[in-house]
Amino acid sequence: MTDHHLAQFNVGALRSPLDDPRTAGFVALLDSVNALADRAPGFVWRLTGDGENDATSLRPRGDTMIVNLSVWESRETLWEYVYRSGHLDAMRGRRDWFQPPAEPHLVLWWVPAGHRPTVEESLERLDLLRREGPGPRAFTFRTAYAPDGTPGTGQSTSAAYRPAAAVVRK
Amino acid sequence: MTDIDAIAALQDPVRRRLYDHVVAQDHEVSRNEAAEAVGIQRTLAAFHLDKLVEVGLLEAGSRRLTGRSGPGAGRPAKLYRRSAGERGLSLPPRDYRTAATLLAEAAEAAGLDRRLQEVAKAHGRAAGDAAAAAGTAADPGTGGEAGLTAVTGVLADRGYEPQRDESGAGPVLRMRNCPFHALSEEFPPLVCAMNLALLEGLLAGLGVPELVVRMDARPGWCCTAISKNNDC
Repeated sequence: MTDHHLAQFNVGALRSPLDDPRTAGFVALLDSVNALADRAPGFVWRLTGDGENDATSLRPRGDTMIVNLSVWESRETLWEYVYRSGHLDAMRGRRDWFQPPAEPHLVLWWVPAGHRPTVEESLERLDLLRREGPGPRAFTFRTAYAPDGTPGTGQSTSAAYRPAAAVVRK
Repeated sequence: MTDIDAIAALQDPVRRRLYDHVVAQDHEVSRNEAAEAVGIQRTLAAFHLDKLVEVGLLEAGSRRLTGRSGPGAGRPAKLYRRSAGERGLSLPPRDYRTAATLLAEAAEAAGLDRRLQEVAKAHGRAAGDAAAAAGTAADPGTGGEAGLTAVTGVLADRGYEPQRDESGAGPVLRMRNCPFHALSEEFPPLVCAMNLALLEGLLAGLGVPELVVRMDARPGWCCTAISKNNDC
């Protein structure tokens, strides 16, 4: 965890343009979801456009595809942010705003701590995942690998036992 | 230890009560606390608790409860908590988990979230209607507390382990157990939204418009919370 950070990159094919009323719900959530990420445990960095608060202006692969790129201290902290925070609620509109992906749309990989991936590098990792399936250099939550290349179990990353609001009795 | 051994270990009524007590707490439980809660001698509680650890239903650790350390600080207490993992028994053998995973994977790939939510909401409404008819619903208009109590009962029956959270502005009902846990971790947006819709339907069927369920995901809890509907 100290030598390596986890990079995540995902793409989404918008059903309607960002300024279309049908996408308004997504746009309205951007600032709060990004602010949540910024203060989430384990968050390291996220890509933003020049002078902007998010990366939605970037179009590396055509007009309808937007991208999202960030770096985290661990797979666990990323998973908790994506699926066990206010971000989960924001995902409820995903089918309204984005086409269901025909191929893998999210890729994870390890980077040296302090490294900021580029969009080009991220697209390479996504293409690798799409071409060859999950491996140590490009994987997903369910098919994860450790920094040294050993396969993870792909099991859930949340603690197997997590006592609700556990309190140590003094 | 097989699942049958684990479940069979709960046949003893005292052991069952000890197990129920430990898993209902929000903290690890000492032998003393468990013994007192169930009304038995400490040594008997220790015997049963250790049997539950042996069959894998509980896990044990030890810690000094006093916070002191060094010589004379006292022996660490053995503390028990619910173990990780799931135990199930079905006769004849049934494997709904595999079917659920396949169906969820197909639904995810086909983008069927909204359809699934519609189905879940209707299913929840039917369950709420049935619970109301069975007399567990509050009369409309008796106010939030009666509704909250009725909902708590129905949620407990369905395995959600509801717990009141009074730390905020008004009482909130959170749920310690997700009945769809493993599936919710494999397909979170699909399954958690399904669960929200199910509970929306349940509240509607029970007839408690003064309550609202919303998504409020946090680690270790069900991703939904139920509270007073401020628009009422």
